[in-house]
Amino acid sequence: MSAVPELQRAARPAHDPVLEIKNLSVDYGYDDPTHVLRQVSLNLNRGEVLGLAGESGCGKSTLAYAATRLLPPPGLITGGQVLFTDRDGTQSDILAMNDSDLRASRWQDMAIVFQGAMNSLNPVFRIGRQIADGIQAHKPGISKKEALERAGELLDMVGISADRLRDYPHQLSGGMRQRVMIAMALALDPQVLIMDEPTTALDVVMQRQIVEQIAELRERLGFSVIFITHDVSLLIEIADRIAIMYAGEIVEDASSQDVYRRPRHPYADGLLHSFPPLRGPRRELGGIPGSPPDMSKLPTGCPFRDRCEFAWDACAAITPELTGTAVAGDDPRRTVACLRHTPDLVQAAGFEPKPVPERLALR
Amino acid sequence: MSTQPPAPPPSPQRGGPSDDVPVLAAVDLRKHFPVRGFRSQQVVHAVDDVNLELHRGRVVALVGESGSGKSTIARLLAQLMPATGGQILLHGEDARVKNRRGFRRYVRRVQMIFQDPFGSLNPIHTIRYTLTRSVKIHQGNLRGKELEAALTQLLERVQLTPPSRYIDKFPHELSGGQRQRVAIARALAADPEVLLADEPISMLDVSIRLGILNLLRDLRDRLQIAILYITHDIASARYFADRTMVMYAGRVVETGDSESVTQDPKHPYTQLLVRSAPDPDDLDARARGARGEAPSLVRPPTGCRFNPRCPFANELCRTEVPPLLAVGEGREAACWGYADRGDRPELGELLDVYGDRPAVDVSVIEALDATVPGPRKGDDR
Repeated sequence: MSAVPELQRAARPAHDPVLEIKNLSVDYGYDDPTHVLRQVSLNLNRGEVLGLAGESGCGKSTLAYAATRLLPPPGLITGGQVLFTDRDGTQSDILAMNDSDLRASRWQDMAIVFQGAMNSLNPVFRIGRQIADGIQAHKPGISKKEALERAGELLDMVGISADRLRDYPHQLSGGMRQRVMIAMALALDPQVLIMDEPTTALDVVMQRQIVEQIAELRERLGFSVIFITHDVSLLIEIADRIAIMYAGEIVEDASSQDVYRRPRHPYADGLLHSFPPLRGPRRELGGIPGSPPDMSKLPTGCPFRDRCEFAWDACAAITPELTGTAVAGDDPRRTVACLRHTPDLVQAAGFEPKPVPERLALR
Repeated sequence: MSTQPPAPPPSPQRGGPSDDVPVLAAVDLRKHFPVRGFRSQQVVHAVDDVNLELHRGRVVALVGESGSGKSTIARLLAQLMPATGGQILLHGEDARVKNRRGFRRYVRRVQMIFQDPFGSLNPIHTIRYTLTRSVKIHQGNLRGKELEAALTQLLERVQLTPPSRYIDKFPHELSGGQRQRVAIARALAADPEVLLADEPISMLDVSIRLGILNLLRDLRDRLQIAILYITHDIASARYFADRTMVMYAGRVVETGDSESVTQDPKHPYTQLLVRSAPDPDDLDARARGARGEAPSLVRPPTGCRFNPRCPFANELCRTEVPPLLAVGEGREAACWGYADRGDRPELGELLDVYGDRPAVDVSVIEALDATVPGPRKGDDR
């Protein structure tokens, strides 16, 4: 069975992080802040596609914007580190950079394709000029003609003919505009590409075209991707590794095939069963009961426990931490934040530990 | 997966005279929007020649990409705008409304649920006010206990229990799923025969979407409402709908029971749609390398509207509009490939055309894999 697509098999050696997010915390508001991200740690390896999944409001976009220091007020980064490792091995903390370094680093090291990117082009300028602008800002020596030539190459790369350079955004379709945004993000050959829901507004046929394009470009240019979406089935297809977020925390971080076939966190399992399948038997599905918690008044303990069928009294008292799984034979690198996987912690707090439920311990 | 399960499980053909006449039907429905501009004669061909039947206690899904005209059909059926041509039949009688009073009578029987529960509820009024308005308009001037009972019943029907916890809330105090339930309750206040659901779940969080679909299915079974379910997600159509109609560029290209349309699509566009949807179980059979976009509807292509993107199109497809041709029991596809004519195009397997993997040399990857130390992730068996 060769169900694992090429892009996954081509995964580069692990433990060569290009981006390390360490204990990142973000608050919204000043007087009575909402803790939107709580001590989130995440690694992105070189050449890897990392999927970030979760429901709206769980903090996935906030994580991406905080890691690039693009978070608009009232968002406030209250702690943590974001270490970026350059191709030559020099490391820098993005959160500690001064303004001019940050300005130079943006787009060059890390580029973002924004949510609703189709509407983030300026409607009154031709797209060629908009791409060339970014190139000229980062490479002061370059002439306008050269920058436009480069813009043409970039358009060509994403499958748009270079003579569309003189088009205005409204002359392009949604999918083409999205591809222009991707071309723009790749203009300075960045090492990390963050894509915030890049295909949500597109139809499935166009979505597949864009996703293929990204995979092919990554193959050729070797950048790393953080792909943010709520569509887990798409992520399983394109990502090497998936981090699932819930209420401002990462609850599971594992390779995409592991998440799909052997989910360990009840929320990951529920999310996978929230999509009716296109194939196979038609069966009754329930989604996840309840609704996501209000981030401004999070309960103590596990934030998912109100919706979790496996919750017991310990879940209200102890906040789970992201640790290795308690299922024998699992990939040692995969992590999960569930008390069922940390019997020691439960015992130490004076509760009766419970085993991992059978459904979440599939091999 | 070529084996087809027999007829869709829920509510098989029930006998009885009322089932023969569709509750709501559209005949040759057509809508052209004028293009703005000085002395512009052009029109957008949003919907052309659409025939559709909604039966009691059945769900029909209308699937298509954005701009294919599916929402326009919902608005035409709700009579929120006049059709350019064609007829709307309610129980077999022409139902075109001519005045406000006629419109009120009509909406009592045909209600609509909108995509965005954040926009469709008035933020300055409580749920009680919103539902009371609907009840008073459609059920007469109820007061006191009667009104209270009606409101309680509505909220219980959409599983917002206990009702006292929700009735005095403002929309902003509810989650998206709860708001959508209120919107459904408001539609139910009219005790409608037809519910037009225009992408009712696409704005909601993924984990609560199925809850809304299950609620609508429950209403279909208990109240025998006819539901038109509009979506761009063909997998949810398979889950929820009895019949599925696929639209492309303003025309219906394929109809049939949901199971066979999704498992054995006949029209090349439906095949492309099904093969493009993400499906982690079947990564090999995904359409790769498909190109092209939906055509302009101001000057739609002559002949079949899919012909510029269709890998099998021939001269006939470019000149004549294909009618809906029978392609199996209760199934139709608007593709010349199924016609009984000498000059018909030869249909091939879509995956042979689009199934190409990205050009990656596998031997290179295997060589690379061999050099990678440490545990390999996801060993593929």
